[in-house]
Amino acid sequence: MTTSTHLVYLIALPLVSAALLLILGRLADKWGHLLATLVSASTFAFAASEFFAMRSRSGAARATTQKLFDWISVGTFKVDAALLLDQLSICFVLLITGVGTLIHIYSIAYMSHDRDRRRFFAYLNLFIAAMLLLVLGNSYLNLYVGWEGVGLASYLLIGFWNQKPAYATAAKKAFVANRVGDVGLSLAIMIAFAQFGTVSFAGVAAGAPHASSAALAAMGAMLLLAAAGKSAQFPLQSWLGDAMAGPTPVSALIHAATMVTAGVYLITRSNFIFDASSTARLLVVIVGTITLLFGAIIGTAKDDIKKALAASTMSQIGYMILATGLGPIGYAFAIMHLLTHGFFKAGMFLGAGSVMHGMNDEVNMRRFGGLNRFLPITAITFGFGYLAIIGVPPFAGFYSKDKIIETAFNAGGTKGYILGICALLGAGLTAFYMTRLIVMTFWGTPRWSRDEQHPHESPALMWVPMAILAVGSVASGFLFTSGNSMVHWLAPVVNPSGAEGGAELMKPIVVSLLALGVVVIGVAYAIFKYRTVPVEAPEKVTVFTRIARRDLMQDAFNEAVLMRPGQKLTTGLVWADYSFVDGLVRAVGFTLGTSSQAVRKIQNGYARTYALVMLVGVLALVATIWMVTL
Amino acid sequence: MSTLATPILNYALLAPILIVLGGALLGVVVEAFVGKVYRAPIQLAIALASVVIAFIQLWRIRGESSTSAAIASVSIDGAGIFMQGTILVLAFIGLLFIADTDNFTAQASAIPGSAEEGASIAAGRQQTEIFPLTLFAISGMMLFPIATDLITLFVALEVLSLPLYLMAGLSRRRRLLSQEAALKYFLLGAFSSAFFLMGAAFLYGYSGSLNLNDIATAVSGSGDNSIFLLIGIAFLSVGLLFKVGAAPFHQWTPDVYQGAPTPITGFMAACTKVAAFGATLRIFYVGLDAAQWSWRPVITGIAMLTMIGGAIAAMAQRDIKRTLAYSSITHAGFLLVGVVALNKSGLSASLFYLVAYGFATLGAFGIITLVRDSAGEVTDLNRWVGLGKRSPVVATAFSFFLLSFGGVPLTAGFIGKFSIFSAAYESGNIAIVVVGVLASAIALFFYLRVVLMLFFAEPKDDVVSVVIPSFFTRIAITICFAMTVVLGVYPSLVLNMTETFGTFLR
Repeated sequence: MTTSTHLVYLIALPLVSAALLLILGRLADKWGHLLATLVSASTFAFAASEFFAMRSRSGAARATTQKLFDWISVGTFKVDAALLLDQLSICFVLLITGVGTLIHIYSIAYMSHDRDRRRFFAYLNLFIAAMLLLVLGNSYLNLYVGWEGVGLASYLLIGFWNQKPAYATAAKKAFVANRVGDVGLSLAIMIAFAQFGTVSFAGVAAGAPHASSAALAAMGAMLLLAAAGKSAQFPLQSWLGDAMAGPTPVSALIHAATMVTAGVYLITRSNFIFDASSTARLLVVIVGTITLLFGAIIGTAKDDIKKALAASTMSQIGYMILATGLGPIGYAFAIMHLLTHGFFKAGMFLGAGSVMHGMNDEVNMRRFGGLNRFLPITAITFGFGYLAIIGVPPFAGFYSKDKIIETAFNAGGTKGYILGICALLGAGLTAFYMTRLIVMTFWGTPRWSRDEQHPHESPALMWVPMAILAVGSVASGFLFTSGNSMVHWLAPVVNPSGAEGGAELMKPIVVSLLALGVVVIGVAYAIFKYRTVPVEAPEKVTVFTRIARRDLMQDAFNEAVLMRPGQKLTTGLVWADYSFVDGLVRAVGFTLGTSSQAVRKIQNGYARTYALVMLVGVLALVATIWMVTL
Repeated sequence: MSTLATPILNYALLAPILIVLGGALLGVVVEAFVGKVYRAPIQLAIALASVVIAFIQLWRIRGESSTSAAIASVSIDGAGIFMQGTILVLAFIGLLFIADTDNFTAQASAIPGSAEEGASIAAGRQQTEIFPLTLFAISGMMLFPIATDLITLFVALEVLSLPLYLMAGLSRRRRLLSQEAALKYFLLGAFSSAFFLMGAAFLYGYSGSLNLNDIATAVSGSGDNSIFLLIGIAFLSVGLLFKVGAAPFHQWTPDVYQGAPTPITGFMAACTKVAAFGATLRIFYVGLDAAQWSWRPVITGIAMLTMIGGAIAAMAQRDIKRTLAYSSITHAGFLLVGVVALNKSGLSASLFYLVAYGFATLGAFGIITLVRDSAGEVTDLNRWVGLGKRSPVVATAFSFFLLSFGGVPLTAGFIGKFSIFSAAYESGNIAIVVVGVLASAIALFFYLRVVLMLFFAEPKDDVVSVVIPSFFTRIAITICFAMTVVLGVYPSLVLNMTETFGTFLR
């Protein structure tokens, strides 16, 4: 373990910059965006130098820590505010600062017409700082601070255009869903504390093998709940689609590449809990599988280009969560997919932003068509992302997604078959909805009016970041898998025991061919089905399509299952308090012979009843002390 | 025939209490001789000055320790001084809230709604006796946690309680409710005091002494289950558990908290809890330590019952003051966890918890005084819906206090809960930690429910307004807010103090 004195600047730089931009207000309007971008770029440079320094060290010395100060110190319980940069967190740090910087650059042009551009950049920097704290904290408690911070930044950015009520509502929805998840995280922290007496990752990891299976399962389930809230997984997924109300660069950075993957980070970081509890692992796998299908199905029915991409994000994170549930070998593949996804999904979101930029902020794909002639660079970079997500070799998604499908099959037994087939099915659906998106947006005949819309290619500030991400979408998969580099790199953190995957059910080449097969079917069917696209969404559709358009009824479900019973419960409790609790108090008074008249007269009756209850309490107290000492 | 020795009093060490008491007496004189126009500002000045001077004197003697400051009836030690200091700081803030005399009745002796009352309201009278009463209560509160002698404890208990009974009945609006609360509080308080006194008598019968140290020696010397000892412990506990508001001796709390004028509720909830827990900790840690086999299981059970019961009952409340009352019951349960931990970290954790709880409580009740309609304070939770839209600053501060009650990280309440649970964990009492975490989860639910109501529900038409806080109230709320943040982000500031001060002199 190497100690460092300067890790803190990674977080402090963007934080100070954000504060500066918010405090200076309009004074910083002229140069605020430049400062924010510069700060983001310098954190990336810093992260890169840390990465190379880390590579030059070996073994245990690769992880770096910095203790900031004694945060809480009570008796034997100590929590330091400390940072930990190891093989796992550096992946995230590079992704956050790298993609973050590209998106800062893109936003300079994208937000150039917005009066509040400076405030937007302040929030972006705030987000970078909070997200870095999340992945750099060395204990659950430090992580929690960052966790809340990104939630705040996300809330502020979704509602950035909060003059539109629908957008403000979307921000609130995200906030509430995230709070539910946060309760899960705080409970997990309390369980960790009650069980292990510490909340640092190292301490919990050391204690996990000796803990009771019930505690481990409970903690795992709570961590999963937290992950589900932050990463839009079943059953807390409903906020992500609405979160697309935010400016598109936000969707790219926060709701595609980084923040929504925090759940994957949390589970991977807590690998010691999940390795020790098969129950928790099973829950993870179930949630991941449901979400990957759920998201993919929603994706097939969305006409809003950003919501279709959001559904796809949900589904792809489902893949990652599934991978984390597959045991020690799965974590590396989850992280690998997370990183490649960071490239191609951010690239596609920026592409969508570019399309909207050229089309007067139109998002309905039914009113696109034939745009490849007008936005050639966007079409090409988007195309790279598309090939990557559906998993065409040698693009990135081919490597990372196939590894997950393969590992799912290798989970063994019936479970392996079910998971593997679901993952394959998901791949087919992905190919279908992504092809649908491409066909509706870039191919075919224009379905927009030439008088009102004048699609044009975006300025270089916007397409250069897209191009860089497109290169990532091509190269990253090969880079991570060649010589199993990612697996070896992460092994000391996520797989210290060096566990191997399950018995090989099918040769990798067979899995790849199967996956390619379903992809081809999906692509072909989409092309066939969307030869012509009606401008208005057809009304005569199957029940299935209708449900998919309504996000598989998730809002109706939430209302029926969570909100209504919650209201019922509170009304019930009020009733119980009035009829049962008060009734009981009255009844005690009655049986012990106080006149019912006196009980009814609230002013006398209550004080007496209270005294009576006290007396009963005294007797019980004496009796208990007596019994204890017998 | 024993000779009566001249008592030797160490005035320097007793000065903080005496200063407050002197201020109270001066207040009585002012009440008698000063014209009514000047009374309120003079009384406020006297009250604030005596609290500040007492605190300065306390600061000067902070390193001292002595068991013979007043023969053997008080013990000046780290924990005692820390608790006295806490009481003084919280009382100072409480006085700033009380300074807004609009909350108090014009003439307490007038029958509610009578012509006489109307006349005194029209004449603009004020019941400024509230200030000397508060000072009397503070002096009792300061004596309670340092008393080492059962009689002194009883005297302190009464000195702190009697003014509070009166103060609870002084509300300007909804006077019947307020008077009912005062009477209830008095009757039940007298009932519990009787138990306390009986307990003291039984313990005297057992050990032949009223001094906690002698009782401790007697307990560790004999080790038998004398019925005198057991009944003594049980009855003494009843008196203490009543004051801290632990189940099943908590039933007065919601009624009194609701009926009392809100600034008094805040003062009572914060300061009385510090004093009562100070005495409880001293009695159990010093006097009855050796008899822990008898009381620890019982108090553990009561702590669990209080935490869970308070949290569940709070969920069903529709009145904000009642909700906070049940929340304070829950917190009494958490503090009892620190009592049964019975180790050094349990003591310092409890001290920290009291500080954190005190600031948040005063702040929260202070904000309640600001939310009004034409008929006075609005405490119906349904009418607080959507307050965040109209008064974002006030609603944010209130939410922050609630989050601190709930123990959300980066608030003082979180550090408090963590340290209390870690102390209990250290003492090997896993069951109580599990129940405590569970109760925190339930409690968090209803705090969050209120926060959601404030911010995420559409406001209804019947308008409640937030009055612009007076200068004093604004300062007081700001201090509470700042302390809650500081103690959450940088708790070492006070944690270090509770570590060094957290000792009882035996």
